[in-house]
Amino acid sequence: MNIEELILKKVKDLPPSGIRRYFDLLNEMQDVISLGVGEPDFTTPWSVSEAGIYSLEQGHTHYSSNAGMVRLREEISRYVQNNYGLEYDPRSQILVTVGGSEGIDLALRALTGPGDEVVIPEPCFVAYQGCTRLTGATPVIINLRAEDQFKLTPELLEKALTPRTKAVVIPFPNNPTGAVMNRNELSALVRILKDRDLVVLSDEIYAELTYQGKHVSIASFPEMKDKTIVINGFSKAFAMTGWRLGYACAHPEFIKAMTKIHQYAIMCAPTTAQHAAIEALRNADADVKEMVREYNRRRRVLVDGFRQMGLECFEPLGAFYAFPCIKNTGLSSEEFCEKLLLTEKVLVVPGTAFGKVGEGFIRVCYASSLENIIEALKRIGRFISGLG
Amino acid sequence: MEEILGILEKNCRYTAEQIAVMTGKNVEEVHEAIRKYEEKNIIVGYTALVNWEKTCKESVLALIEVKVTPQRGEGFDKVAERIYKFPEVKACYLMSGSFDLTVIIEGKTMKEAALFVAEKLAPLESVLSTSTHFVLKKYKDKGAVFADKPRDDREAIFI
Repeated sequence: MNIEELILKKVKDLPPSGIRRYFDLLNEMQDVISLGVGEPDFTTPWSVSEAGIYSLEQGHTHYSSNAGMVRLREEISRYVQNNYGLEYDPRSQILVTVGGSEGIDLALRALTGPGDEVVIPEPCFVAYQGCTRLTGATPVIINLRAEDQFKLTPELLEKALTPRTKAVVIPFPNNPTGAVMNRNELSALVRILKDRDLVVLSDEIYAELTYQGKHVSIASFPEMKDKTIVINGFSKAFAMTGWRLGYACAHPEFIKAMTKIHQYAIMCAPTTAQHAAIEALRNADADVKEMVREYNRRRRVLVDGFRQMGLECFEPLGAFYAFPCIKNTGLSSEEFCEKLLLTEKVLVVPGTAFGKVGEGFIRVCYASSLENIIEALKRIGRFISGLG
Repeated sequence: MEEILGILEKNCRYTAEQIAVMTGKNVEEVHEAIRKYEEKNIIVGYTALVNWEKTCKESVLALIEVKVTPQRGEGFDKVAERIYKFPEVKACYLMSGSFDLTVIIEGKTMKEAALFVAEKLAPLESVLSTSTHFVLKKYKDKGAVFADKPRDDREAIFI
């Protein structure tokens, strides 16, 4: 039996993670400062963890309903209303998922297939393209530009749309660039999108992490509400990555379709995490604010550090990444990252891991202590001056 | 500007230059703010948080609940001052509730600490009674956990 032949071609064709080998190197090295992994260094606020523990003590160790605990969905409904002005009925328009990632997968599986095109602005989180390919749909890549501060412009969007466009991914605040889209910039996109038969997949997992003004959801434009699926979750805002909990908010028909796949594939999101998430939404505002304040300080130190050493770095106003340009070092993104790791023991991620357009850039995650960031900047500075 | 205080309270080793970058202010503003805080005794001092248990130094901490008679016209402040002037006293707080002052003292041995209470504190005229509790272990102080920081053993994940 040829085992390899049993594996679907579209799965074999999926690119493996671009930075796997750095992580393998990392595992063998000591004293590495990792600014590579995109997750908060903070542990989950204690009151939230404690709520999870308490739920276990109470014996809440069973399944929840497929769509998630009603109490949690009610809290999510209240939260997105208060924070982003979005109105969703907890019973028919909200689905609790295993992380935001599951929501992305469900939406693409429920809506797209062979013959459809999914517009994906790059650089971006790797899952959109992978999940799209698995549905058989075709990813249509928009190359965002540094001179636009990696925002999606109406011109770029319009060029990518065709009669076959089924979905458009709007991933802001953005991983890996830290770019955000304000209301005016979104409204320029809305003008193009509102009259077309397509769905917007708005990945807002970093919505709480903005540093100049509040996050605006494209779903808050009334003409976009019905055609937008909002993906969000607890990982980034509440430092709950390991709990694996997210949610999708959308038109009841979309949620119904996504719930069907969810119920066959997943059954329901982890119950303990759901109990913890209720506490997070009710009582962790102050914790979130404190984390955002701390990220903001780190962000400023990091961006200032890069500029001091002569690297161009546009101001990232969201998420927890900076995306400096390293073209003037004469190295490719991959060479830069590998050499930096081997000589100075700092792990950052080549921009190319997030799309070809990321060449010449590196993603640096500032979800690490200020002490680490200050030391990492010292090492990167030494590395760059060593290049002559 | 209170943000500067918050940052320094967490880690007073940041330079004015670093704080300026963190807060988006200019360096002169930060220098000036810190100078004023020091002048007004808002920043009272800069210290290191030491876990003495990991050193060879022998010492004990005791927390003493003290009931006192307030002095006419001077309330508790005068009594507190007579107590906190002893170098053995590391901290002194006026309390609500069933006693008046919390006095935290440090001595080389339990005996030394007990003798301080017996010979210096309890005999003071305004002191009505004392109740001494010895600290057995410090878990957390000034917001910092004393246990060794767990190693970052997160496994690599690509996101």
